[in-house]
Amino acid sequence: MKQLFIAFVSGFLFGAGLLISRMSDPAKVLNFLNIAEQWDPSLALVIAGALPLAAAGYVIARSMPRALDGSYFPSLPRGGISPRLVLGALIFGVGWALVGFCPGPALVALPVQPEPVAFFVLAMLLGLWAVRLFSAKPDHQAPPSDIARRDPETSAQKSR
Amino acid sequence: MLLPLPIPTAFTPLLAICGGLLIGAASALLWIGIGRIAGVSGIASGLIRPFEQPWQLAFTAGLLLPGLLARILGIAPHVYITTSFGLLIGGGLLVGIGSGLAGGCTSGHGICGMSRLSPRSLVATFSFMGIAFVVVFLTRGLGIL
Repeated sequence: MKQLFIAFVSGFLFGAGLLISRMSDPAKVLNFLNIAEQWDPSLALVIAGALPLAAAGYVIARSMPRALDGSYFPSLPRGGISPRLVLGALIFGVGWALVGFCPGPALVALPVQPEPVAFFVLAMLLGLWAVRLFSAKPDHQAPPSDIARRDPETSAQKSR
Repeated sequence: MLLPLPIPTAFTPLLAICGGLLIGAASALLWIGIGRIAGVSGIASGLIRPFEQPWQLAFTAGLLLPGLLARILGIAPHVYITTSFGLLIGGGLLVGIGSGLAGGCTSGHGICGMSRLSPRSLVATFSFMGIAFVVVFLTRGLGIL
């Protein structure tokens, strides 16, 4: 219950941040990416505002044996720079640049303007689920013996 | 130009920083609170099995609420979409497949990964940022195309 409450509050703050910073508007994102014309640097300041607090969270957590809900902190991947990572990031970047939506802002904009944002969100979920279904990585039901054979890329998938 | 220019938007530094602080606080809370990464693509992809990781459902509900409340109160900021229906679907597929393969998007790699200086997140963020600038320049920045 505590876990669900914390996740809900975090999601609410995350969504409020995206809405207040106007990142739910694809025009602002596209105008940030368009240096040649009508450049709007707002997105850079959103990241600049978010990074220190997020970093503080990781630093604070280092002195905590467990998270507030009692669960252990998972070990997160640092290395594992694979062709899959770079290719995926490039594909993601093209889609982002064509529409101006990435997953967070699209979900925040969904209730504001269900039509046509829902089409983007459905296509995005389809893409995410296709990768999940078609990649040969072990899923939640994987037997323990499979865990040892996981490559760093696979554990990265889990933790994000 | 291949694609229409979006309407010009004003530089809003104060709103951007305030929003960014909230996003950073939300990411820190999720890590300190339950030891999870606030990566929206990963959370959304987990919704295919919503009852295995119920926290993902709770996070998504929280994420959807501000827009809904703002709309009910009549204070929701505009969402200007200039892209055609086909491009909206195509772009959505690319965003989903790409972030699925990369194991993260703007939030998971761009905010959470960068804030803990993860090399793979830095590589991912520079890759998608770099190509996004190129694609927007080619499709919307070049007047001759």
